[in-house]
Amino acid sequence: MRGVRKAFGGTVALDGVDLAVRAGEVCALVGQNGAGKSTLMSILAGAIRPDAGTMALDGAPYSPANPREARKAGVAMIYQELSLAPHLSVMDNISLGLEPRRPGVPGALGFVSRDKVQHTARAALRQLGHPEIPIDAPAGDLSPAGQQLVEIARSLACGCSVLVLDEPTSSLAHADVQKLFGLIGRLKQQGLALVYISHFIEEVLEVSDRFVVLRDGRNAGEGPTSETSGDRIVSLMVGRTLDDLYPSGTRTIGAPVLELRDLAPEHLAPVSLTLHRGEIFGIAGLLGAGRTRLLRGLFGLDAVKSGAVTLGVHTGPGTPSESWQRGMGMLSENRTGEGLATNLSIADNMTLTRLKGLGHGYFVSPSAQQRAARSWIERLGIRTTGPAQRVASLSGGNQQKVAFARLLHHDVDVLVLDEPTRGIDVASKAQIYKLVNELVAAQKAVLIVSSYFPELLAICDRIAVMSRGRLGVPRPASEWTEHTLLLEASGARPAS
Amino acid sequence: MKRLRTFADAGVLGGLLIVALLFAFLIGPQFLSPANLELMARQTAIVCIAALGMTMVIVAGGIDLSVGSVIALGTVVAAQFLREGAWPLVAACGAVAAGAACGLMNGVLITGLRVVPFIITLGTMLLVRGAAKGLADERRLEAPITWLNGLLRTVRDGSGLLLPWGIWVAVVLAVVVAVTLQYTRFGRHLFAIGSNERTARLCGVRVERCKIAVYTIAGAFAGLAGVMEFSRLSVGDPTVAIGAELGVIAAVIIGGGSLSGGKGTVVGTVAGAGIMTVIQIGCSQYGLPNWVQEIVTGTIIVFAVALDHLRSKRQ
Repeated sequence: MRGVRKAFGGTVALDGVDLAVRAGEVCALVGQNGAGKSTLMSILAGAIRPDAGTMALDGAPYSPANPREARKAGVAMIYQELSLAPHLSVMDNISLGLEPRRPGVPGALGFVSRDKVQHTARAALRQLGHPEIPIDAPAGDLSPAGQQLVEIARSLACGCSVLVLDEPTSSLAHADVQKLFGLIGRLKQQGLALVYISHFIEEVLEVSDRFVVLRDGRNAGEGPTSETSGDRIVSLMVGRTLDDLYPSGTRTIGAPVLELRDLAPEHLAPVSLTLHRGEIFGIAGLLGAGRTRLLRGLFGLDAVKSGAVTLGVHTGPGTPSESWQRGMGMLSENRTGEGLATNLSIADNMTLTRLKGLGHGYFVSPSAQQRAARSWIERLGIRTTGPAQRVASLSGGNQQKVAFARLLHHDVDVLVLDEPTRGIDVASKAQIYKLVNELVAAQKAVLIVSSYFPELLAICDRIAVMSRGRLGVPRPASEWTEHTLLLEASGARPAS
Repeated sequence: MKRLRTFADAGVLGGLLIVALLFAFLIGPQFLSPANLELMARQTAIVCIAALGMTMVIVAGGIDLSVGSVIALGTVVAAQFLREGAWPLVAACGAVAAGAACGLMNGVLITGLRVVPFIITLGTMLLVRGAAKGLADERRLEAPITWLNGLLRTVRDGSGLLLPWGIWVAVVLAVVVAVTLQYTRFGRHLFAIGSNERTARLCGVRVERCKIAVYTIAGAFAGLAGVMEFSRLSVGDPTVAIGAELGVIAAVIIGGGSLSGGKGTVVGTVAGAGIMTVIQIGCSQYGLPNWVQEIVTGTIIVFAVALDHLRSKRQ
């Protein structure tokens, strides 16, 4: 790809970007949200057409008019959100859109050859090194990792030579990530050209041969991965050094504010812990360890079997509405599925939990809603046309800031944050860390769940690991390292 | 872009105006005479009142197919009360209460059994229709003539009322519902539930309670529509208003409501109901047969929704 340009209305998304990937190579494409990665890849996959620039595939000019043409030419893309038909079987998903016809006359009438469908599916899964995946199971019954494999198998089945993986690890647990990296290595040896998009610098360093950094729609740097460091890539991405990412400062821990006594949500062992004012308590763990279940149980979103939650003078767990009234707020891990009503405006989303006070008595004044929202938009630096804009049209980082602003507007004492920085750009991450730090300085308390251990180590006062439904012993963050967290999280070392 | 959006927001009202002017052009200015406008308002009132409740239900992401049956039950209950010698006001309140009870049943079943509203209200549509027939012994119930029968009669007595009582009731209710949806906590909660129920729950909205309330209110509105229907018929008829729910839903949809929830306005709904009446009366006054009017209404529903879809995609 050479000199690719694309503008949407007045905003230039790409301003003359170059990208080259060789066969048998993994090229990491990194950059913050809004840097132009998705636009560039959408152009490559034929979903949008560039305003200027040229593309070539195997030396021949390549300009796909639509994704179908791109697929035919051998360019396939695996999106962050998996796109399988959950009720169809694995093999039907693999041959979807390219169903082999039955030989003879019936084929012309659109009859599908079941034998060939089975054969293609088996061959593709064998090529991936995962023949154990049942080809007749409904795709929706597989784990996220399994579903991703099926998507990759689909790309292989249609004979792709260029494979783009967009944030492929965002929904995977740690062990599955390692398997995926192994698979990427095998595909590379088979001569595929791979483009790997990720926010996780560690992954980029581990899996790629070369990296290309985009910033504000331009090339900001590139080179062989082996000759660089994570620090250098991040500073190329943000145009500044990494030191600013995590805030620093001393904390004063106050009185206990939230106490869980033998709280046992479904499928979890009873959990006891105490959260103090002015403290950030981190829960580390892998996907599926039960961390989200614990938070939902203590917030009242899911039923619990036994145990108590004490918050100030109240003992619960209460309903979500009672939790908010008692001064506890929760940020969902599922931003668009649960965290935000994306069809509603920024103002509606920010003020939903506390409409009281935005108008007389039972009434709500839209102008008061907008005024409240506007002040948070300014404080958090949310990029938007105004408080009436629909949340759906914001970028991921800005959406997360809207969801976070809800807790600020409600002025809660206890913040329950489930994966607050997943899938958002570095600048937004830094801002959320800074906000959390300011909040605990004002004697609020924060309970945070994350799969990204470096951030827990950097911002938490105490950390406990959750593994297979059991919460380990909390220790000061300084006594943990990424290594020991991972050991305990993966069950390699039992919680003492 | 912004101008386009403002234009589209006024789209339904503009559509109503265009359709009305078109028929005025075809038939002559007498189509827009005060007497004819009053006739159209009287025709619209029943659908309109039921559609106000439906707007709230659809904004909250639900649907109520039992409306037509509840209207029929309303006429039967009102007639039954009058036959027993009750005051007309008591009879009207009885019909509204019966409607509210049906709505409450809908709400409790939907939230309690966690079955989608389409199925529950499909069931109660038959259930309530059967109950109305049983209550009326499967015949029309004659009732003594009272002031209830004058609710939608033209005002020619020079009493100072510009429009019949029933229409004023509809207007006041429309304002109340519009204010409730836009400017109260309950209204904002309904939009949140319709847009994303999980978000509403996370944010402490009492989702079940809101849903039961909204179906009960919609039931009460349908019961009141039943009183209006009774006023027109002057008998309690358990077989009236079969299929009326589709007209009511169409009014909300033409008015910009979305069946996936989170969208809908009272102004749109009223204009939507108005468009359907204007087409109906316009076609019959122009001498077009019934079937033409049905084709036109169907076309308008499809295009109104397609236009709306196109608009939200542009945004």
